[in-house]
Amino acid sequence: MIKKTGFYLLVMLVLLYCSGPLLWQIATSLKPDYELTVIPPVITENPTTVHYISVFKERPFLRIILNSAVVASCTTVLSLIIGSLSAFALAKMRIRYKVFILGFVLSVSMFPPIATVSPLYIIIRELGLRDTWLALIITYTTFSLPLSIWILTNFFKEIPDEIYYAARIDGCSPFQIFYKIMLPLSIPGIFTTAILVFIFSWNEFLFALTFTSTTSSRTIPVAIALFPGVHEVPWGEIAAASVVVTIPLIVLVFAFQKRIVEGLTSGAVKG
Amino acid sequence: MAEIKFENVIKRFRDVSIIEDLTIVINDGEFFTFVGPSGCGKSTILNIIAGLEPVTDGKIYFDDTLVNDLSPRDRDVAMVFQSYALYPHMSVYENIAFPLRMKKVQQKTIDEEVKRIASLLGLGDMLQRKPKELSGGQRQRVALGRALIRKPEVFLMDEPLSNLDARLRIEMRAELKKLHHELKITTVYVTHDQAEAMSLSERIAVIYQGRIQQCGTPLEVYTKPANIFVGGFIGSPPMNFIKGTVKSLEPLQIDCNGITLSTIIFSRPPLLKGDEGGLIIGIRPEDIVVSERKPEGKVKVFISLVEPAGSFNWVDVIWNDIEMKCTARAGSDLREGKEAFVDFPEDKVIVFDEKSGKRLFPD
Repeated sequence: MIKKTGFYLLVMLVLLYCSGPLLWQIATSLKPDYELTVIPPVITENPTTVHYISVFKERPFLRIILNSAVVASCTTVLSLIIGSLSAFALAKMRIRYKVFILGFVLSVSMFPPIATVSPLYIIIRELGLRDTWLALIITYTTFSLPLSIWILTNFFKEIPDEIYYAARIDGCSPFQIFYKIMLPLSIPGIFTTAILVFIFSWNEFLFALTFTSTTSSRTIPVAIALFPGVHEVPWGEIAAASVVVTIPLIVLVFAFQKRIVEGLTSGAVKG
Repeated sequence: MAEIKFENVIKRFRDVSIIEDLTIVINDGEFFTFVGPSGCGKSTILNIIAGLEPVTDGKIYFDDTLVNDLSPRDRDVAMVFQSYALYPHMSVYENIAFPLRMKKVQQKTIDEEVKRIASLLGLGDMLQRKPKELSGGQRQRVALGRALIRKPEVFLMDEPLSNLDARLRIEMRAELKKLHHELKITTVYVTHDQAEAMSLSERIAVIYQGRIQQCGTPLEVYTKPANIFVGGFIGSPPMNFIKGTVKSLEPLQIDCNGITLSTIIFSRPPLLKGDEGGLIIGIRPEDIVVSERKPEGKVKVFISLVEPAGSFNWVDVIWNDIEMKCTARAGSDLREGKEAFVDFPEDKVIVFDEKSGKRLFPD
């Protein structure tokens, strides 16, 4: 009994630790202005939606969300298409120097973004892509591809070679094997990758800050960071905006998580 | 249907030689088996026929067509894998239909064919199930069905029965043989199980270290193994090997662990020059009978182990410090540690040259 209580206590502690910042933000977003800076912090007794309303009324926040949604979705799709095709080739086809290629791909993701941001900025400027969705989509795709390729390569590798051979003998071209056999069998991997890439693009700050300059392409993290004015920091609005943009992520993760679990438990790969 | 011809085929992986200079013809409509221990290169031969692996050198023909550069889809072969390799996300129906779908056959024809194959293999009422809901034997049938529906030129089977339990394996073995009698499709079969190879095949090639050790009918390979390896590999439990020496050339007398084998038993004496280092005498366990009594001319042994096999017993004996496996009647009163007598059947021995390993007798 004590063991069980201890276990649940520990679980609660971990949960609280993980969700702490989010809960704090939610609490803050509901406080009226005069309670925001009270020390010690209080849980408000007069919750208000004024911050939520002002985020959407006084700022172009819908447009900002649209920007983020388009950039993150396009990055995810692009990264999955290129990533899964490369991963299929690396996992199943007869290619020389596979290990070398995979290592090279991985090394791309090892550059700290701050080291690449200035040259990338110059490229983006020369291409005339400053302050466009495309600038972010291209950059995010290059940065998320190594991850996609690695995850998907491992998923494809787990599909037995015999299934690949059988499909070849049954008359499939490599591309047919890819979309008729490999993709359906690695749905969990596809969804895992999709979530990770989407979250990365949704939250990315440095490149978004550098490549965008107006609301026409500014994404959520940058927009929220630019909320503070000269004389005041609108903590309430910042909190409200943060809560709003976290919701899609939570929904996505839960929706996909179900698919991931489904895929993993159906024993899809075992012949 | 096609005849398969290998001409000096060599396969190397990096610097490791997997198949060395393979030249062989598999006849049209034949059931041909490559048998050998694991890692001998037999699966590689199958993959080469299928076009899944390129050869390093040499030529492969289907009838008169050189197929070296044809991709698997252009070779018209069907293959059954040890792990079944069914498509897990497709129903049994779709699995069987898949090769026809790839050929863009009309739905109506596909439907008829799938139903025909399914009833042939007794899968009629499980067409809508997924592979994971099937037992091993059923999955194996689906894999067979997927191969059969193509009516291929060549049928390739890579240890198709080794994941099944013993009883099912023997059932499926008989079914495979019946199917082959009906369809007469050239079948190349790979297994490490010599009993399976013997019972199914019209001809067997024993592979070891990337080379064909012997190729012939099951009976030939069993009664006249080309060398010590084949002798030990074909037959279960394996042949007993006993050292022998040439006692005299004229008349030929061979000493075999204390008894003398004389030329009388040899229809034609082996070609011995007298300078051979030594001989290896091979004798199969099923040819040596142990009994507790001692009639004329028997050899005295000690029993070290008795393994009942139902209709008879396997008996391990020690004969002048040599271990030997023999058989005995089921009802015989043989016990471990006791004395017994064997009748050494001189006319059943196979004589090998110790140095080269080659068979000297019978020739």
